[in-house]
Amino acid sequence: MSDASHAEHHYTSLGIDNRKLGMWLLIASECLLFGTLITTFMIFRHHSVSGPSPADVLDIPITSISTFDLLMSSFSIVLALYAIEQGNHKLFRRWILVTAIGGLIFLGFQTYEFTNFVHEGLGLSTNVFGSSFFMLTGTHGLHVAVGVIWLLSLYFASLRGKLREDAALKVDTMALYWHFVDVIWIVIFTVVYLFVYV
Amino acid sequence: MTEAALHPSYPKSGLWSWLTTVDHKRIGILYGVTALILLCIGGTEAMLIRTQLIVPNNTFLSADTFNAMFTMHGVTMIFMFVMPMNAAFFNYMVPLQIGARDVAFPRLNALSYWVFLFGALLFHTSFLVGHLPEVGWFGYANLTTEKYSPGMGTDFWVIGLQLLGLASLIASINFITTIVNMRAPGMTAMRMPLYTWTALITNILLLLALPVITVALAQVLFDRHFGTKIYEPGEGGSVILWQHLFWVFGHPEVYILILPPMGIVSEILPTFSRKPLFGYSAMVYATAGIGFLAFTVWAHHMFTVGMGPWATAIFSASTMLIAIPTGVKIFNWIFTMVGGQVRLTTACLFSIGFIAMFTIGGLSGVMHASPPIDTQQQDSYFVVAHFHYVLVAGAAQGLLAGIYYWFPKFTGRMMSEKLGKIHFWLNIIGVNLTFFPMHFLGADGMPRRIYTYPSGMGFDFWNFWITMGAYITAVSGLIFLINVWTSLRNGEKASADPWDARTLEWAISSPPPEYNFAKLPTVTARDDFWHRKYELKNFQPEGPAHVELPNPTAWPLVVGIGLALLGYGFIFGYALSFIGVAITIIGAYGWSFAKFEG
Amino acid sequence: MSAEHNAHALEHEHPGPLTYAKVAAVLTILTAMEVWVFYLPAVRSMLVPILIVLSGTKFTLVVMFYMHLKYDHGAFSRVLIGGVFIAFGIFLWILALFTYSLPIPLSIS
Repeated sequence: MSDASHAEHHYTSLGIDNRKLGMWLLIASECLLFGTLITTFMIFRHHSVSGPSPADVLDIPITSISTFDLLMSSFSIVLALYAIEQGNHKLFRRWILVTAIGGLIFLGFQTYEFTNFVHEGLGLSTNVFGSSFFMLTGTHGLHVAVGVIWLLSLYFASLRGKLREDAALKVDTMALYWHFVDVIWIVIFTVVYLFVYV
Repeated sequence: MTEAALHPSYPKSGLWSWLTTVDHKRIGILYGVTALILLCIGGTEAMLIRTQLIVPNNTFLSADTFNAMFTMHGVTMIFMFVMPMNAAFFNYMVPLQIGARDVAFPRLNALSYWVFLFGALLFHTSFLVGHLPEVGWFGYANLTTEKYSPGMGTDFWVIGLQLLGLASLIASINFITTIVNMRAPGMTAMRMPLYTWTALITNILLLLALPVITVALAQVLFDRHFGTKIYEPGEGGSVILWQHLFWVFGHPEVYILILPPMGIVSEILPTFSRKPLFGYSAMVYATAGIGFLAFTVWAHHMFTVGMGPWATAIFSASTMLIAIPTGVKIFNWIFTMVGGQVRLTTACLFSIGFIAMFTIGGLSGVMHASPPIDTQQQDSYFVVAHFHYVLVAGAAQGLLAGIYYWFPKFTGRMMSEKLGKIHFWLNIIGVNLTFFPMHFLGADGMPRRIYTYPSGMGFDFWNFWITMGAYITAVSGLIFLINVWTSLRNGEKASADPWDARTLEWAISSPPPEYNFAKLPTVTARDDFWHRKYELKNFQPEGPAHVELPNPTAWPLVVGIGLALLGYGFIFGYALSFIGVAITIIGAYGWSFAKFEG
Repeated sequence: MSAEHNAHALEHEHPGPLTYAKVAAVLTILTAMEVWVFYLPAVRSMLVPILIVLSGTKFTLVVMFYMHLKYDHGAFSRVLIGGVFIAFGIFLWILALFTYSLPIPLSIS
């Protein structure tokens, strides 16, 4: 490709990368998605006619630990991004793996929590609190799971030498998704768990 | 001479070239052709509805079939005609208008078409299995629960809409990124064609409104299949929540439908008046204002629900407010023509028709904005009149105008002006005869969504003539299709700029080369092409010899198939969903590792 | 060329591990404070505003530092703020409508 066409090829109106802008737009959209789920939960959390209520089942200490875990995974992923910006694939892989493990631990906590709730009599179809709780946290968990798969894909791509072109951008874009998933959990932890007696 | 550096296996023709295309122009054509086919299906449903209502106590359709017909008609026309036709124009015209070679994410663009197509197919699979949704296009809870709508019909509605919504969401990310970040050098925001502005605002509305209905539909799905209680009043759930969530999406949706046709009209009138658009800045701000206010008015669909006087009054006020920027646009279109050298081509006629018809629809809308008046009009034929004026006499005429205007650009052929004018006049007579009397029926108390009516209520006369109007409209549609067909085969060949127009898409050949612009233009003014023709008196110079284009690929189609199977699984068995997820994941990996260019 | 240069320049402006670690520490402290405040009977009546401030601060720190909004092009900030603003507006309005207009439903057997 000639110099002129190369320059033309990479010209952008704002000097930002399309993929990064695309990810931010997705994030804006997801604000509305989770907003709807959270609002539904807040409307219904005390409206069940039978079955367990929030105060009966929500466990603040355990959830505090999983919240902390997810927050720290945001820290590990910025370290992974920093590493790949420096071109250090080995360090990148270490931190991305730590992040993926952090995500898996979070999912482990969620599984434990959900199983406990079911044993205590709160399922998806038990009452309107259960329905709105599981739909909200389930959707969030699904987002974490997709994130973990994505993180591991980046890990293996790096390992096989396939993460060369635009590596920093690809990790940056993924990291934005991961942070967003964390930020939504910050909101959920407060509004679902810490507001339990409100 | 510029040569696009095409991948050696770049198929130029044949089915495979269409299945693997990532070219925005081809994807635009795919959307447009699919939309026209679905228009015929939706139109047939309308004819069936009107035939049932032609006389009182008719037995042409059973009550259930009638309910299914208006449900399918509504969903088809909104989601499978107007929206994809809008998408067809976004796809084809936006990159050309901003001086780009393609959209930001060409493969994602292909994916959004496939997901749309599969959504439309899934929705119409209901015909094949004989289980149609009968819940209305807006599916109020708890009619949509398993108890009151058992069987697959409603599931087709839920999953179909989810897929259709997903297609639009994916596309919205694409178009916003394209318009924000891929404009030609020198094209500042206030030099963008107005159509591009309406495309931008519409896609922002899609981005933010769709997730709300995604959740609401998921809640319906879960209530139906997994026993959740979201819309079960007896368990503490709320049917009112559905109405809120639906209309938080639904109201921006109607602006999503109308803004692009308004943008089209804003391109056509200046061209055929040989004058720039009157009050360009005001038009931009009005469009943005309408976009923002669209999120503040939703509960005007719920005035009769009993939200209480404060809520009702606030929503009434915001609804009336939205009439202001809309009025600005109407005046600006009129002032564009005043003092211009107006040429009444078919495209121009439809644009003028749009202004007149949309004004009528807007007036009945403002009447609805008053809660006391709306209390009588709600759920009556007055509402049916209102929205058909804005959508059929309005949006559809705007889209038809766009087809007549841009057909030469897409196809390299001119459409017949003679047939076009016959189409126009029959259409104007037809839609007015069909929808104007509905105001009278509504004022006289005829409710919506009733499959028949008794004689002696004063409804007989107008129902008969409305149906006649519907048949006339159908004939006008047939003439249009004949015009399209014969023009494609024998139409006069079109030059690059047959209308002596103003914007960049007319600077390149009809149809454009694969790479659009040999050299990306440097823009120095609004209506830059007009500026070059008449002020600078220069066209763009020759470009580089070698342009790289993205490779065609089947991965978007694969992912689309995976998502479709995921959807079908909810209706026919979860095993299909698991297969669908697997295919989606495989497709996603294939896609990430496929070479984008070269 | 300018786009690539811009993109690289921005990346060099991004903060280093030390800043990130400080943010992580603050996030930990804020989380601990949220949980502590939850268990403190004395502030129970003020719990909602306090938690909103604490969570809001965590949200802002992650968004500004980890998601780099502080350092990146303003377009990204506008996108996020737009989405958050619309979401907040609509959902607060719906919550208000549900809190003040509708009675709590009775059970229907």
